[in-house]
Amino acid sequence: MPSYASFLIRRLFQSFLIVVGIVIINFVVLNIPPGDMADVMAGTAGGGDPGYADALREEFGLDEPITIQFVNYMTSLLRLDLGYSFTRNMPVMQAIMDRLGATLLLMSTAILLAFVLGVLMGMIAGKNAGKPLDAVISVLALIGYATPLFWLGLLLILLFTINLGWLPSGGMKTIGMRGPWWQQWLDIGEHLILPAFTLAVFYLAIFARLMRSSVIEVAGQDFVRTARAKGMTEGRVYLRHVTANAMLPVLTMLGLQIGGMLGGSVVVETIFSWPGLGRMTYDAIFARDVNLLLGVLFMSSVCVVVTNLLVDLLYSWIDPRIGLNG
Amino acid sequence: MTDAAVTVATETPLRRRKRPRAVFISGIAMLALIALAALTAGLFWPAGPWVAAGEPYTPPMTAPGLPLGTDVLGRDVAAMLAYGARVSMLIGIASTLAAAILGIVIGATAGYARGWVDDALMRFTEVFQTIPSFMFVIVLVVIFTPTIATITLAIAVVSWPPVARLVRAEFLSLSSREFVQSCRLIGMHPARIVFAEILPNCFSSVIVVSSVMVATAVLVEAGLSFLGLGDPNTASWGGMVANGKAVIRSSPYLSIIPGFAIFVLVLCINVVGEGLNDRLNPRMRN
Repeated sequence: MPSYASFLIRRLFQSFLIVVGIVIINFVVLNIPPGDMADVMAGTAGGGDPGYADALREEFGLDEPITIQFVNYMTSLLRLDLGYSFTRNMPVMQAIMDRLGATLLLMSTAILLAFVLGVLMGMIAGKNAGKPLDAVISVLALIGYATPLFWLGLLLILLFTINLGWLPSGGMKTIGMRGPWWQQWLDIGEHLILPAFTLAVFYLAIFARLMRSSVIEVAGQDFVRTARAKGMTEGRVYLRHVTANAMLPVLTMLGLQIGGMLGGSVVVETIFSWPGLGRMTYDAIFARDVNLLLGVLFMSSVCVVVTNLLVDLLYSWIDPRIGLNG
Repeated sequence: MTDAAVTVATETPLRRRKRPRAVFISGIAMLALIALAALTAGLFWPAGPWVAAGEPYTPPMTAPGLPLGTDVLGRDVAAMLAYGARVSMLIGIASTLAAAILGIVIGATAGYARGWVDDALMRFTEVFQTIPSFMFVIVLVVIFTPTIATITLAIAVVSWPPVARLVRAEFLSLSSREFVQSCRLIGMHPARIVFAEILPNCFSSVIVVSSVMVATAVLVEAGLSFLGLGDPNTASWGGMVANGKAVIRSSPYLSIIPGFAIFVLVLCINVVGEGLNDRLNPRMRN
């Protein structure tokens, strides 16, 4: 029986290996195109500053053999020194930190929305499996994950901003807004609704379908029959026994989806001019600021690794049946 | 994104809902129609999608010969749509094919060799599964400059892990089955066991997973071209939506029409993928 500490250490080590793997992939990708790493990073092909490329050559010691170059690159990334962004005129790490808050707000709202609605819809569908309500929800889910994010966003803007005039079309705050704190929060909330919903729809559809099949599976198990047999009302059976157990696979899926959602936020933030990491990524694409893009990629990969680790730990805490060796 | 879609599409509902055959058939018919439009675009619009065909901003159904109207520069929306179908379908299919081959090679090697080779390859796969795939595609396409080929390869590079894991699992379970053991017993060459006995038995599951990957690839390509990372020499649906976005107040049809095309294509691929799953997935066949 392994102790919790050794489990933690092994998981941490595995996560570390994955981060190293990601660094290796970044390095390989940077060295494939013609020219050297500095050329690629500085985006000289796109009209970047050649002086900047020289500075990069100096920093990574690009006249050294490739193994030394790799060690230099690896140590600077692992120290979270992501270099300098020439389009933002600041270190990449600082640029990311500046924008992180807005993206976290958007993503956490979208995750919450997708999780709550998805679980609810999946539960209703699973409880009524084979009935018309189930069919309706399944069709909605099918539509949900065939809809391109950017198209959905534009349709929502068209409907709620241009035609109805109910919600703002972009940004995070009304410019020049003055008022007490709750008014400011309300204002941000108003700006948040459309982008968060747009980002949530795809995942909502996935969670709903997963929850549906999970509910059907759990509902057929013995402990549910026991609960019924001891005279529990149907509502309570579903609330206390089925939902709680059926939610576990959805929780795992949630952890796996963080990376995908980070990608989706690039598109959503671009449409809604949300001042977060995604919008910055779009600007970096436009300016061919490869170093900034690589920094965002690296930091989001680290985010995914950390989230997976947390979900794993949470999981073994919620469900003690899942062995620590798993 | 890919993983989630694959997991969901290949789920095995215990109380299986009978998915109507008519939906499957109409999905195939619709896909055939889109493919036909893509293939015959050159016959109907031999001058290509970039030529001006009428007054700019002609709304749909108002001018003869321009059923879907014209865009900001007076180009025929219908022509751009047909040429865009080529790009979407080509990239969707080619990148999935490349990803499937890569996944089969890696998964088969891991599953057949076992031991440390398996361990190493699975760690490798895990790294690729961890990197946020859309972000990774963006970085790859920016570094290698956007062309049809680089976009296809970039999408393939992020989509192979589910195939590799699936093929590995199939190899692990199949190679302990009796028919494979008897092949070993009669001294069959390992290469022949792999190619003639085990691999053909993996194909139906690979096809099911791949069909969903095509849908994801189409969405990723659309997202890329919406962000301005499409091949600049070809018309693409995502790019059309991006161009329409600037004039969404005055001419909303310019973003609605191409977006709808993406939606229909992806929906049809998903419907057909699920139909294939019902018919081919070994876990569902009984």
